[in-house]
Amino acid sequence: MKWISLIPVFSVGALLLFAAKDFPEWGDPHSPASQSPVSSHFINNTGVDTEVPNMVTAVLADYRGFDTMFETVVVFIAGIAVLAILKGSGRRPRGRHRSYKLEAEPDLIVTYTVRLVVPVIQLFAFYVLAHGHVSPGGGFQGGVVMGASFILIALAWDLDHALVRMSLPRCMVIAAVGIIIYAGIGFLSMFMGGEFLDYAELERLLPVSREMARYYAILGVEIGVGFTVASIMFALYANLSSEGRLKGGL
Amino acid sequence: MFEDGAIINELLIERLNYLIYVVLLLIGLHAMIAKRNLIKKLIGMSIFQTAIILFYVSISVKNEATIPIYKAEHDPHGAASKAAAIELNSTNSGKPLYAPTELQSSETQQYANPLPHVLMLTAIVVGVATLGLALALCLRIQQGYGTVEEDELLVKLERSDARYSLSPLAKAISSRRRPARNSRNPRATGKSSSTPKRSTGYGKNLGSTKASKPSTAKTKTTQANKNPNSVNRKPGTTSAKIGTKKSLPPKKTSIKPAGKTSPQQKKGTE
Amino acid sequence: MGLELLNIFILLLLVATALAALRVRDLITAAAVFGVYSFLMCLLWAEMGAVDVAFTEATVGAGVSTVVLVATIFNLKRKSND
Repeated sequence: MKWISLIPVFSVGALLLFAAKDFPEWGDPHSPASQSPVSSHFINNTGVDTEVPNMVTAVLADYRGFDTMFETVVVFIAGIAVLAILKGSGRRPRGRHRSYKLEAEPDLIVTYTVRLVVPVIQLFAFYVLAHGHVSPGGGFQGGVVMGASFILIALAWDLDHALVRMSLPRCMVIAAVGIIIYAGIGFLSMFMGGEFLDYAELERLLPVSREMARYYAILGVEIGVGFTVASIMFALYANLSSEGRLKGGL
Repeated sequence: MFEDGAIINELLIERLNYLIYVVLLLIGLHAMIAKRNLIKKLIGMSIFQTAIILFYVSISVKNEATIPIYKAEHDPHGAASKAAAIELNSTNSGKPLYAPTELQSSETQQYANPLPHVLMLTAIVVGVATLGLALALCLRIQQGYGTVEEDELLVKLERSDARYSLSPLAKAISSRRRPARNSRNPRATGKSSSTPKRSTGYGKNLGSTKASKPSTAKTKTTQANKNPNSVNRKPGTTSAKIGTKKSLPPKKTSIKPAGKTSPQQKKGTE
Repeated sequence: MGLELLNIFILLLLVATALAALRVRDLITAAAVFGVYSFLMCLLWAEMGAVDVAFTEATVGAGVSTVVLVATIFNLKRKSND
């Protein structure tokens, strides 16, 4: 099987290499991708339209905000699907497959260090989320760092400790609230007279100019994305490590 | 095509990075096809996805260009914009305005192209969602079949397909009676074929089952240990007929033979 | 020219780790090497100027993806046949 499988692999490789000689050179500023009017418009006009210095965040949350909303929905659906597949499935503890017994107590050094470090990690997650306008970061990165802090609690003690702080029903509620925030800002702009996700119309509510309305709406939208991603990352880990039973696990 | 190694020269020297991207893609694709362990297939899928993202991001590179965040002189909240804004606001009494300027096309080249970055951010997050879902499916397969190796899985699937292709009756036999193959009941194979007849033919059996429902639990628990293959029977009939069947120990545990033979038995005795 | 060399060097390391992640028999080692692969990708993108993508790959790929893989392998048999 392994030798037969090399035939399609090498044929795909030959096709790709045949096309590779037409690619532009590395870092060519006159390549078609770099000269495209769309990206030039983004680079030129992000400051004028949204006053956000980070072009990637502005394009992600404002110019291409519809894509980002459905990407958040995809993450949410993945979390629900893992819950649906694994919940109530592992009834007996499957100790036979494990090659080691899990009788270890939480280690002293690890727990002390994690107790000191986790608040700093969560503060950093908020910083990454809020500062995504100016530095690399934004909703996804901040949300994942936040979810990783809960995973760290689950790793240093056991899963029950982490579930006491962030139970799975609460995770799902927070994930749904994140999407409601995103879509809610979109509908709010629609009710204010613009199109869906046309943030400039929010200037009627807030005492700022049109561009700054986009600025603040981008922040609100990133908060929604951060909620969803943080809770789903932790829910994914909790379900996978304990086979849906939420007892035991890593 | 191979004159003076021109194409090889092009591929290997000028576009070496594209060659390595293609090699990474092929490694991921080969792993998805040829590896037998499901987890290795998923690692191959992830390698494939990140190799594609690498290719896309490398399109956005420009020589001597900086990251796609505005530099100080173009910053909409920077000093240059603020100076222009003070001038603008002195003549304007409405909401406070900033005054960022639109970049010229000559200054566009100082920044890397932000559009592929945006598209690939979405791709990375969707990739990890897909990986989580695929790992949940692997866990489910492990719970159901006990293995995640593809060849062992194929053998088990063939066996269960062969069982499934029988009639539903035979399937019920093989799935229910498998623990009872070495029981002392000689009528083991005839038991499930008696099930439809029992419900249609013998009103006495049906009436007795409904009447003796409260006693079913007791009979089940008391006789559960004695009769391992009598879990699915209608306990009401057995309890009603245990007394009459004492003379026929081999037929004690099966209901249909009991129902069928007890009228004959009663006729015989009476 | 120095940056080009760095690019090529990191790319060769990427190919080596990708091959290693698929060849080792122990699944937890494969997950760890996959974490190294993700981290090298993050380095490569940071050098190319794609800082947002590098940040996301560092958290999602080398962070959550590796941990979730290890959490799943925890419930499976640790040795694979190929």
